[in-house]
Amino acid sequence: MSDFSSGRFSSGNELRRDPRAEWIARNRLHPLHKDTLLAGNAEVRGPSGLLRKNPHVVGFIGPNGIKRIDRINAVSGATTGKKRTSEVQTVQLPLHIVENPDFYIMVVADMVGGRLTSHDKDILGLAHQLVAEPLPEKQSGAVVLVCFGESKETQFDLAGVDRIIHLAGEAFEGFSPENRLAALEQIEAQYQPKYWLFPDSIHGGTDLACRLAARLGERLAAQAWQVKGTETISRCSSGSQDILRDTPRILTLMEECAEAVDETRHQALPLSLSLESMAQIDCRLLDKGQIAVDSNAVPLAEAEFILSAGNGIHNWDQFHATAAALGATEGASRVAVDDGFMPRSRQVGASGTWVTARVYLAVGISGAIQHMQGIGQCDKVVAINTDAGCDMVKRADLAVIADSEAILEELAKLAQQYALSKRQGEKSDAA
Amino acid sequence: MPHNTNVVSLVSVGRHPQSGRSRRADQDGRAVELGLKLANKALTVVHAGNAEEPVLRQYAGMGLPSLTVLAQKSDCDALPVLVAFLQENEASLVLTGVRAENGESSGMLPYLLAEQLGWPLVPRVADILSINEGEAEVLLALPRGQLRALTVKLPFIASVDNAAQEARQTAFGPGLRAELKIVDVDSVVDAVASQWQLSVAKPRPKRLKVVKAKTAADRMKAATAKPVGGGGKVMKNETSSEKAHAIFDLLLEEKVVR
Repeated sequence: MSDFSSGRFSSGNELRRDPRAEWIARNRLHPLHKDTLLAGNAEVRGPSGLLRKNPHVVGFIGPNGIKRIDRINAVSGATTGKKRTSEVQTVQLPLHIVENPDFYIMVVADMVGGRLTSHDKDILGLAHQLVAEPLPEKQSGAVVLVCFGESKETQFDLAGVDRIIHLAGEAFEGFSPENRLAALEQIEAQYQPKYWLFPDSIHGGTDLACRLAARLGERLAAQAWQVKGTETISRCSSGSQDILRDTPRILTLMEECAEAVDETRHQALPLSLSLESMAQIDCRLLDKGQIAVDSNAVPLAEAEFILSAGNGIHNWDQFHATAAALGATEGASRVAVDDGFMPRSRQVGASGTWVTARVYLAVGISGAIQHMQGIGQCDKVVAINTDAGCDMVKRADLAVIADSEAILEELAKLAQQYALSKRQGEKSDAA
Repeated sequence: MPHNTNVVSLVSVGRHPQSGRSRRADQDGRAVELGLKLANKALTVVHAGNAEEPVLRQYAGMGLPSLTVLAQKSDCDALPVLVAFLQENEASLVLTGVRAENGESSGMLPYLLAEQLGWPLVPRVADILSINEGEAEVLLALPRGQLRALTVKLPFIASVDNAAQEARQTAFGPGLRAELKIVDVDSVVDAVASQWQLSVAKPRPKRLKVVKAKTAADRMKAATAKPVGGGGKVMKNETSSEKAHAIFDLLLEEKVVR
């Protein structure tokens, strides 16, 4: 049988068959039958080498005395639920190894909030499609992620990053397109990448791509959404027309241009970059930092930080004061709006606004499904609630089980202290 | 506003998002509005393209005494004629939209102008607060309604974001009476773009939510389960100040409290 030549028999430590034990296992009338079955619990092989299952030991006796076979593992899964989920999480995806790549594809990520966005991940997926394209001569390519500033991302390997160039430091913090462009030029000189892929986004991807294309004198394809090795389709005329053209070296890609990588792990090895020529850049755009804007004037759908109130709020003056102290945009659940404490325009969820906040702080909201739909795109959810079993607490990254009034008071105090210490720091800097 | 700053707004023919008819382009209208705020009647408004285009009268109707047209055909490259015009007229501040509503709309024009003229480019401007002694104080529009302050020396090119002041209403009569200064230029045909195949935009396929489940029970679970984030931290028995500290630390870590 082919089983003998298969992995487990041909592998290093040879498994020796015990024909006598097998014979006893087959013979139910043998006095040693039960003991051998228990001892050789793992598997029994028939005389031809086939794996045999003993139907008599499979299953369990159900509550009414009838034997049940649990084929979908529902019961054991329910009883040992935690164990099962931990097993699922430890599944190791196969590692995709690239040694000595012949060419590089550079993906310049937005990294909003220090993490890869779904847009970035889609572009990494597209880069792997381009690597996998058949070429006349056999060449291997590596997908290189170029990212700037502070990074909080821990799963570069799962997103499809073969190599990484991470440029952190004062020169790349905040608004620094000139320094970033200089770094990209350095990468161009050092690695001559086959493609430059940028997200077509307002988070700086388009800006950098245009700067690079203008500097290198290449004609970029903007708003590309279907990219093959030779041809590219891109949107133009405010999305009313498609251009079919040869694939250029620099592309800015729309959202959902390809599926993200999800079946392989990648090496995410750091790639060296010499930044000696960087010191000579003179910045003509001088960043004066972000300006405080009225957080309630920001549309709820695009607010970055939302403090949302529900049925658990009793002291509304305190809630508004805390929102102002934290600089958060105010939101509300359906109950708070129906009771007349908040305007309808502030309602989050179905029949209200679907929000995209990076941080959503839900105070006294237990989380009806209509509300949870509305916050589906939020990155971090923080819940303050008295009920530890509610859906919002299950969804939250940080849940606090307490009365909202005490926590909001403390939060407002902390925010005021923080603002005060910051102002004093600025004063001492100025002095 | 010093008298030596020569503000130029570049305008293009827009496209109405629903009807597809040509209109005053939204961002270009804002660029003209910002230019009028900075230079008032001294603003130069330039269009490279067809001089017969009736949309130009809509720009002129914003209170412009005249409008300059660098007359060329629609398949010609606007870049060389604009570079020549800006160098000749010693412009010190050029305002454009971020991305044209017609044509290739790659948004590259301001970048290429900046590269060829050797000027800095300020992307996505919400407002220009002041220009003092050759230095401008600029507000940039960031995503999520945020703003960033910036100073930059003249001359520079700014692309105007949708967050800038909305363009004023245009008046039909003054628009008709405004003078069109038509300049004949040596235009260059955009050879690369003539090889492209244009087609009506296909609707993009919607991304399907593919569930990679081994058994039918897993698929059922995936279809019916509520979206639940896994393994959040729950604080129950700490004092309220500790709890508040934990929340505030998270807010600081995510940089939402500034």
